[in-house]
Amino acid sequence: MADELLLTVNGEPRRAAPGSSIADLVIGLGLDPAKVAVERNAEIAPRSTLADVILADGDVLEIVHFVGGG
Amino acid sequence: MIDSAAETLAPDTWTVAGRTFTSRLIVGTGKYKDFAQNAAAVAASGAEIVTVAVRRVNVSDPKAPMLTDFIDPKNITYLPNTAGCFTADDAIRTLRLAREAGGWDLVKLEVLGEARTLYPDMRETLKATEILAKEGFAPMVYCVDDPIAAKQLEECGAVAVMPLGAPIGSGLGIQNKVTIRLIVEGAKVPVLVDAGVGTASEAAVAMELGCDGVLMNTAIAEARDPIRMARAMKLAVAAGRDAYLAGRMQIRRYADPSSPLAGLI
Repeated sequence: MADELLLTVNGEPRRAAPGSSIADLVIGLGLDPAKVAVERNAEIAPRSTLADVILADGDVLEIVHFVGGG
Repeated sequence: MIDSAAETLAPDTWTVAGRTFTSRLIVGTGKYKDFAQNAAAVAASGAEIVTVAVRRVNVSDPKAPMLTDFIDPKNITYLPNTAGCFTADDAIRTLRLAREAGGWDLVKLEVLGEARTLYPDMRETLKATEILAKEGFAPMVYCVDDPIAAKQLEECGAVAVMPLGAPIGSGLGIQNKVTIRLIVEGAKVPVLVDAGVGTASEAAVAMELGCDGVLMNTAIAEARDPIRMARAMKLAVAAGRDAYLAGRMQIRRYADPSSPLAGLI
């Protein structure tokens, strides 16, 4: 097993420890999982499963929230 | 005693996808100086619904202030919008994320055709509306001011049709009152003018045409005093609605005196 996973988060390369869940990543970024939505490899990752989904090397994640807009 | 007549009027509400609202003004949350000004403008507008965008979290600054810290989604209905999407696929992807972020199905769909005019791409808009409705969304849909397109959207599952009055952010006012009226006459779902209103009188025009509501962002956010303009828009929407319900007088070609002719000295 590799020492760390190489991910793409919001278009930027980012590393994570093997065995990390999506929730671990989100909290590690300083974000509140209750206030964001996550897409993993172009599929929605339901909020209720964020702690259960284990990240894999090469995963592409989009983490979004609501911002001002018209 | 004069006020009692107004007080006995039945409450005037409108309903979209089973949710009932009193305010007929929906406001955007873009282009404000800061979140505090935005929140004050929303309060002054009396709006019960605000549009919001879905964007990437800034992972390098996770503690930056967030819209939800200033405008509480428990008190104000967040209407996630697909502004900036140019294909049905992008818009659907955005709204799936919005549903996950917010947990609600009432959404605003807009699929744009080109950057210069921000006119909707109706082929992609119709496609996206149909898919979203099948996935259980309740899409309120930004569209051209075309009565046929509006009917087609309704058939595809739009819960409200939102024709532009003029290009987004232009402030040109309602360019084609005839087509807006035709859409209102033909629609079984709420009709809201979305985009183009620049000042209060133009919001009143939309309401006098029989629209169920008006959506605006730039007219308030880019006013010299956004909070005062928000209040002006609230009053204009209410005035236009009352004028529509009251039924305007017939237009005459010539004068008709208001004072009796009998008894003139």
